[in-house]
Amino acid sequence: MYDFAQVFALVIAHSRTFTINRPMSLTREQIENIAHLARLALRPEELPVYQQSLSAILDFVGQLDRADTGNVAPMAHPLPGLSQRLRADLVTESDRHELYQANAPQVAAGLYLVPKVIE
Amino acid sequence: MSLHTKTLAQLAKGLRAREFSSVELARAFLERMEASQPALNAFITVMREQALADAQAADRELASGATRPLTGLPIVHKDLFCTAGVRTTCGSRMLDNFVSPYDATVVAKLKAAGAVTLGKSNMDEFAMGSSNETSYFGPVRNPWNTTLVPGGSSGGSAAAVAARLVPAATATDTGGSIRQPAALCGVTGVKPTYGRVSRYGMIAFASSLDQGGVIAATAEDAALVLREMAGFDGNDSTSVDQPVPDYIATLGTPLAGLKIGLLKEFFDKGLDQENERRVREALAVYEKLGARLREVSLPNLPLSVPVYYVVAPAECSSNLARYDGVRYGHRCQDPRDLMDLYKRSRGEGFGAEVKRRVMTGTYVLSAGYYDAYYLKAQKVRQLINADFSRAFGEVDVLMGPTTPTPAFEIGAKTADPITMYLNDIYTIGANLAGLPAVSVPCGFVGGLPVGLQIVGRHFSEAKLLNVAHAFQRETDWHTRIPEHYR
Repeated sequence: MYDFAQVFALVIAHSRTFTINRPMSLTREQIENIAHLARLALRPEELPVYQQSLSAILDFVGQLDRADTGNVAPMAHPLPGLSQRLRADLVTESDRHELYQANAPQVAAGLYLVPKVIE
Repeated sequence: MSLHTKTLAQLAKGLRAREFSSVELARAFLERMEASQPALNAFITVMREQALADAQAADRELASGATRPLTGLPIVHKDLFCTAGVRTTCGSRMLDNFVSPYDATVVAKLKAAGAVTLGKSNMDEFAMGSSNETSYFGPVRNPWNTTLVPGGSSGGSAAAVAARLVPAATATDTGGSIRQPAALCGVTGVKPTYGRVSRYGMIAFASSLDQGGVIAATAEDAALVLREMAGFDGNDSTSVDQPVPDYIATLGTPLAGLKIGLLKEFFDKGLDQENERRVREALAVYEKLGARLREVSLPNLPLSVPVYYVVAPAECSSNLARYDGVRYGHRCQDPRDLMDLYKRSRGEGFGAEVKRRVMTGTYVLSAGYYDAYYLKAQKVRQLINADFSRAFGEVDVLMGPTTPTPAFEIGAKTADPITMYLNDIYTIGANLAGLPAVSVPCGFVGGLPVGLQIVGRHFSEAKLLNVAHAFQRETDWHTRIPEHYR
């Protein structure tokens, strides 16, 4: 049905076109929007790099369309038949906020400091 | 015979027989670690003082006669296992200043078993990479040839064991990150069943795929460490409550009648011909031991790479949302407002590959695209899983190459992410199906080691270690050490 030769052929074709000017499946505006959703500040020179590589990745994973998954249930857990374990609703942790907050960039009176949120 | 060429099993015996002390061992390996650092860059942190103090305590314990399974034996941890009071960076600028307030379960269990931690090994940033070139702390170099990559993401752990800078190291495997560097460095790597080893305190990348394991020179050494690492942990909701077998006890079980399936799809055009020859020679060794070989086809397996590059980035984008510049990790200078703080802290703290995967994951999970990418990938993942189940109805273990080629040049694949992603073409399947798999050294191609991959049924680590050990009794590839480190 599929074989690695096909995957490699696709990649060879892909790497040939990678450096050439190929049509982008994602626009610069889409990349800016994805970066915003992901809360990532990108430098202007990073935008075309991600535009190209994300487009290539999406093209690559587009192979999945060829698989017939009509009656297939999505896999929800890598070990079939196992469900999520619940724990008893008991307090199991002691208060160690001073230790944990030792890693925080800015703390005062046991609180994490951030720029003013409400005017 | 010098200490560094001994296996962990031999070192354990020597310690108990008082042939050398734990302090002598720690000193010898710490010296090798420090001396190798300019050439290999295998470590992010060397814990000299703490290690020597722990080794002294181990020597007192050894003198008293009451010893634990790993008392006094040196080990290093991949720098994504949280280690109390020690900097734990995950190979990222984001966590450059992070001192873990607690021990990962793996670290705590190995400590409880008596092991002495010598340091933290270098790795691809957040375990995202197949060459150890994405580390904020610089690339690790392959001890067989320092112009080449060691593989990744557990490149530091694999290079360290290959150069005998340490007898064993912990590692993690999300898409091949234990097996691929083990193959490229000529050492033994074990990726256990999903849920076998606790993920608590193991910095998360893709939670349905991540699994902790071990890299060592031999299958026996890996068995010694895994026996102590594995087991149920209430702090990991995906940890499975099953007893841990004594992996050492079954190492010598004869292989006569073992049914081996050859992964047909792996022996294809993409596989280097010499690499294929080494793997076929290894298979002949198994035939000689009485195993029966047959070809098995897993038709959906070639889709494992595209499935992985939807599922792993999606889970990564969710997991890495926690790095907000507020509670821990990198914070940008003079943020204008909260949004600016989030965006610049993350933009500066993450490297290029991590940002690429966070954005890929954000896109495939975003409104309107979920069904087309994530849901579709999880369905194909089910097909791959069904292929494995069918195969394990016919055979006991599956075998094939670990990687398509031996180690490649540093910088050769950094420009094109997809070419890099294909390094894991043979390893990702086991992660998608949650299966245990090992890589053992099976020979050399142009002076560089390559690996044989063995995949087993869920929770069959004892069988895999038995099968790997049998091979190592017939061959000596696992004893080869790069010239400069002998």
